Amino acid sequence: MLFALSPATAQTPPAESIQIGLSTDAISITAGFSGADLTIFGSLENPDPLVARQGRYDVIVVLEGPPRPVVVRRKDRVLGVWINLDSETFENVPVSYSVATTRPLQDIAEPAKYKQLSLGAQNLYMKPADETDSPATIEEFTAALRDRKAATGLYSENVGGVQFLSQNLFRATVRLAPNVPVGTHKARAFLFKSGMFVKESSAQLEIRKSGFEQSVFRVAHDYSFLYGVFAISLAMLTGWLGRLIFRKD
Amino acid sequence: MGIYLPIAEISVNVFVLLAMGAAVGFLSGMFGVGGGFLITPLLIFYNIPPAIAVATGANQVIASSFSGALSHFKRGTLDFKLGGVLLAGGIVGSTAGIFVFALLRRLGQLDLFISLLYVVLLGTVGGLMLVESVNALRASRSGAAPVLKKSGQHNWIHRLPFKMRFRASKLFVSVIPVLGLGAGIGFLSSIMGVGGGFIMVPALIYLLKVPTNVVIGTSLFQIIFTSAYTTLVHATTNQTVDVILAFLLMAGGVAGAQYGAKAGQRLRGEQLRALLAMLVLAVAIRLAVDLFVTPPNLYSLTAAGLN
Repeated sequence: MLFALSPATAQTPPAESIQIGLSTDAISITAGFSGADLTIFGSLENPDPLVARQGRYDVIVVLEGPPRPVVVRRKDRVLGVWINLDSETFENVPVSYSVATTRPLQDIAEPAKYKQLSLGAQNLYMKPADETDSPATIEEFTAALRDRKAATGLYSENVGGVQFLSQNLFRATVRLAPNVPVGTHKARAFLFKSGMFVKESSAQLEIRKSGFEQSVFRVAHDYSFLYGVFAISLAMLTGWLGRLIFRKD
Repeated sequence: MGIYLPIAEISVNVFVLLAMGAAVGFLSGMFGVGGGFLITPLLIFYNIPPAIAVATGANQVIASSFSGALSHFKRGTLDFKLGGVLLAGGIVGSTAGIFVFALLRRLGQLDLFISLLYVVLLGTVGGLMLVESVNALRASRSGAAPVLKKSGQHNWIHRLPFKMRFRASKLFVSVIPVLGLGAGIGFLSSIMGVGGGFIMVPALIYLLKVPTNVVIGTSLFQIIFTSAYTTLVHATTNQTVDVILAFLLMAGGVAGAQYGAKAGQRLRGEQLRALLAMLVLAVAIRLAVDLFVTPPNLYSLTAAGLN
């Protein structure tokens, strides 16, 4: 995956900027998919050589999955049995959120800065569907949501996943979980200079199931009746063939 | 070898699924049951989402019951009329089941309800069968002749109105319990992803007094259609049938079933029933433990807006 470097040729010191590029705008999940590392290349435009030498430029790259509404449920014990009782619905929660950084997040900028940018899994704003719920409840379910997402590998953080290859060029490695959702993902790169946010750049990436899996999924949703008939016929055919091949009577 | 399941949206091991299908097929061939009550919990233990495990389980049951019913059709031990009436009830029952399924899924109580149903039904059936077969084993060991139930014995079911004659089963009985039984099995089929043979067979024998040789063929015949209907409705309303997953299970299942049937011929009836009872109870206990033990995660996520 590569991009075109744009030469920095300005006379007066222009403002720094960041660019990322993807060699492909679509990734296919095949039958054998069990997670992958996605490499994104990017460049700093007009970097200050002094700042660069001192390593005071930091880059955070985020691959954010498509937003979807999510219900978080909590189990409680009722008569000894664990039952889903309370729940909280959140609108537009990114299905996946992979972060790669040059250094640990807390070393790059102040926490308030991340909150402001809504950057990092801990700082993503999750909008509850019912805002009249008590803040404590919303807080609890938001934390649980982040925790579950991290546990399933959908929210991940790769500290040191962004490396400078030269003064301008950097490479970011973000993880795609085995259960990475299909849809339009957004790759975003944030440039920080000495703890201050400078610029952001983004690109889109389509993740889809490869030919066969995609067809099965599409048919199951678009032609669900025919799909059902096919599933039944396949079962009957298998049963009939099985009897024919392995018959013992 | 891993394979990505397009509907379940996870990667699984092909050989685990083939082996799972073969093992359940072996047992179902040995005991003459569809095996849905084993497949669905096994899939759930293997982290397949319960909604998909249930719908796909129903699909897999078609294959095993179709091949079983074929043998019985050739032998003439299949009562089409009785099967037809059971089926009419079954369609009503599974339609109701699909609605309850979708409702529970929306409320987030689907997993609990499936587990509870499994624990209660498997626990009851397994317990009753174990008691009955252990008694039979004891009786045969002490040399006493087995007490056969007289076919002329009548119970309250035979006093109900709307009687109908079923020639192949040599039966003259009210259609109400037949329709009711069909509806109950259809309901379970759509919620639990089972064919219901493990309930249908004893119910036909003990409640309706259908001759044993006709029972299995007729039960398999009606299960084909109930689970086909269940599969179709799950496919259209919930999109939870994973055809790749179902095919892997079937492929293992049909092969295993034939070897199981052969192995089953070497065991005596009571021994078979005692073994099946223990198997059924083991599944029930395993599921019951999960209900009572503190789960490792109290919180769970589901996509909102699903029907």
